[in-house]
Amino acid sequence: MRNIMKKIYVGLIVFFLYAPIGTLMVLSFNASKARTKWGGFTFKWYAALFENEEILSALFNTLLIALLSALAATLIGTVACIAMAGMKRRTKSIMMGITNIPMLNAEIVTGISLMLLYISLGIKFGMGTILLSHITFNIPYVILSVMPRMKQLNPSTYEAALDLGASHLTAFFKVVFPDLMPGILAGFLMAFTMSLDDFIITHFTKGIGVDTLSTKIYTEVKKGIKPEMYALSTLIFLTVLALLLLVNLSPEKKGKKNTVETLEGNRNIR
Amino acid sequence: MKHYAQIPLYNLKENLTQPRPKCHTRILRFLCMSGICAFMPFLFTGCASPVNDVSEQVIVYNWGEYVDPETLELFEEETGIKVIYDEFETNESMYPKIEAGAVSYDVVCPSDYMISRMIQNDMLAEIDFGRIPNAKLNIGAQYYEQSKGFDPENKYSVPYCWGTVGILYNKTMVDEPITSWAQLWDEKYTDNILMQDSVRDAFMVAEKLNGFSMNTMVPAELETAKNALIEQKPLVQAYVIDQVRDKMIGGEAAIGVIYSGEAIYTQQENPDLEYVIPQEGTNVWIDSWVILKDAPNKENAEKFIDFMCRSDIALKNFEYITYSTPNDKARELIEDDKIRSSPIAFPDLSQYDNLETFSYLGEEGDAIYNELWKEVKAY
Amino acid sequence: MTYNNKKKWLSAPYTLWSAIFIIVPLCMIFYYGLTDKTGAFTLDNIIAITTVGHAKALRLSILLSLACTLVCFLLAYPLAMILANRKGNKHQFIILVFILPMWMNFLLRTLAWQTLLEKNGVINNVLTFLGMPNIKIINTPAAIVLGMVYNFLPFMVLPLYNALSKIDENVINAARDLGAGSVYTFIRIILPLSVPGIISGITMVFVPALTTFVISSLLGGSKLLLIGDVIEQEFTRASNWHLGSGLSIVLMVFILFNMVLSAVFDKDGEGSML
Repeated sequence: MRNIMKKIYVGLIVFFLYAPIGTLMVLSFNASKARTKWGGFTFKWYAALFENEEILSALFNTLLIALLSALAATLIGTVACIAMAGMKRRTKSIMMGITNIPMLNAEIVTGISLMLLYISLGIKFGMGTILLSHITFNIPYVILSVMPRMKQLNPSTYEAALDLGASHLTAFFKVVFPDLMPGILAGFLMAFTMSLDDFIITHFTKGIGVDTLSTKIYTEVKKGIKPEMYALSTLIFLTVLALLLLVNLSPEKKGKKNTVETLEGNRNIR
Repeated sequence: MKHYAQIPLYNLKENLTQPRPKCHTRILRFLCMSGICAFMPFLFTGCASPVNDVSEQVIVYNWGEYVDPETLELFEEETGIKVIYDEFETNESMYPKIEAGAVSYDVVCPSDYMISRMIQNDMLAEIDFGRIPNAKLNIGAQYYEQSKGFDPENKYSVPYCWGTVGILYNKTMVDEPITSWAQLWDEKYTDNILMQDSVRDAFMVAEKLNGFSMNTMVPAELETAKNALIEQKPLVQAYVIDQVRDKMIGGEAAIGVIYSGEAIYTQQENPDLEYVIPQEGTNVWIDSWVILKDAPNKENAEKFIDFMCRSDIALKNFEYITYSTPNDKARELIEDDKIRSSPIAFPDLSQYDNLETFSYLGEEGDAIYNELWKEVKAY
Repeated sequence: MTYNNKKKWLSAPYTLWSAIFIIVPLCMIFYYGLTDKTGAFTLDNIIAITTVGHAKALRLSILLSLACTLVCFLLAYPLAMILANRKGNKHQFIILVFILPMWMNFLLRTLAWQTLLEKNGVINNVLTFLGMPNIKIINTPAAIVLGMVYNFLPFMVLPLYNALSKIDENVINAARDLGAGSVYTFIRIILPLSVPGIISGITMVFVPALTTFVISSLLGGSKLLLIGDVIEQEFTRASNWHLGSGLSIVLMVFILFNMVLSAVFDKDGEGSML
């Protein structure tokens, strides 16, 4: 009984999270352009989507920015984590404090302060400024997911590798890096998602004619969203969902433990 | 309850012998990789669109949904000039973007009072009408006359669209003729009223209701207008800008304040809707093309405006955005008789009293209006 | 020794990055907030928070974001406990379930709520069909809170889930073996051990809810002015950057308070999201 209650509760919350998404999917098949009217079932918006260059280029920008900023943030963030691990406690907490600023600061303040920065530096607004801003707010997500892994590291494995004659670099990539990998991947995914979903900061730091899906949608919200946008969102969502289910349902390969998995054990030995 | 028995075992295993099986690492890695792969086709489609050629371009800053995208393509085809197109929602949000100077546009399409503000702040370039022959050829003289209110010598602007502000109502949801702004204060329509969410438009309604000028700076009149708006607030369903269109079509509200240009479109989508210019008078506005003083592509900007003034192009735009065109030649080309002589799209202004156009009130005036509007919204 | 030196050098890119893109912009906000149009020092922009409109907007924002945080917490805590107790290796899967909605654009999701909640919206149509009375929630504070809860719930669930799943079951079992009841175990063991997650969750929900401006205009019909709306309008419409910056500084007080709170309770980053 109690288990059923629990399942119902989880189910309700998941339903709450996914209900609007379902609504959008239904709207993508609505023949009427108006959001508030059902005009019959149609696939025409899906066809129109692939001919709508504006939306496709916004999609391209969004993905490019998400990918590049997540990559850059992952690189900078991971390196920073490694550096911070060797720091004094005081310096480290100052660094972590600064890291928290973009996460805790209001997005609107971050966006505006970056806009002011670019204006005063005379940087031309465009893809570059969006990218810089996204890297900035993505780094904390990476640091916050890599840092716990860093703490779980067993320093003796690294030293053991050195003792056995590995160079610092080899030791790092063979011993430390695989151990950090799950954190790095999680950070990358989080950064990618955050960049994909960001509107406010992009809104303030974008240049002329450069639109991401978010800013495109914002201008459209006012006039009524073009149904192609629903179609696109549905496609993106279904793609990701399908991948997720595919990976999750595929039978697990047993007996093929890679280094990551073996080394995972270390954190518990500690 | 029962299942707790299993937990220690499971947990012991996790803590002492093995970590949690790391299948999720695999999931994540796979997901990232395949996510990227899945989007590859999109990425390539995106790549196919040409990168901006810096040499021949014109950067246009216009209202959202205020041009038929096809006409932009036609312009690109005919002239080889690439149009970089950006949109704004309100005059107020357009101005600081240009003022900040972070981006440099060529052609902008502000409304009357904003044009006068830009002229005063020396942001506009004089237009060489010799290079824009269609502007004088096709556009009615009366619109230039009207423009003198904000551009006294007709030196800086070329009219693009014009119209009135009025009430759009749903015939099935009201049981009396709508004729007056006062009906927006009628408790009958509680939660069925849509107001404009921009300072000047909202105050215009309250000022006209009380018989004031919509450019008033008299403190007592402003106070009255503010109080009227506060009094109206509990009756209002929502303050909206362009969303009034969607909401009226969907029958969400009975009456709403709307720009005349939206009326034809909404009527096409929902025949129950009717547009009226209230008897107390209203705002007659013009949105005009202007060229910025520091426009990087002035010549292309002139070509663009000239193109937009061509009668066939103006007609295309009119049919797409349904805002009244000042282009007389284009109006003659409208096939549908009803629309060509529609009192909504082309009202005979001499029939109405107390019509006005917004004028720029200076920085001080703007600040006062903004402050009062904030008080209304926060009330 | 070389190892440590190398590590110090490694921190350079991030230090430089955060100096340019975090510290400097913050200083610029302070500069604008503390000067007037002529560039002279003034506190007017900060004191402006006490004017009727601003104070009301701030009070409303705080109220609504507190409500949102509370609702999020009450919804998320049981959920996180259920999820954390699940056997198996679904850790990453659960996280993905909660971040997956973010792949659908935030604005579209919020707009979808408008479609659901409207007078002639989906929910009311269903209710009418079932012969039940309609709900009237759109354009009310409740709708704004709903929109906030919807958008920020994952930020509460994930840290809580993370903190709860780190609690060693043996500790709980030990308590039970020693005769503690469920309620007692919960109050004395589970709750205190999940404090880092709670603090982190509260921060991650309260701050964005306090400063949001899109949700209030889409679901609140712009009838309620939130402090985020005021700041946004000062920058984008009224073009008074000094006032906008000054009000942002006021908001930063709350953020600072939150930072101190999380620094005190969450020394080891235990309450991180992933």
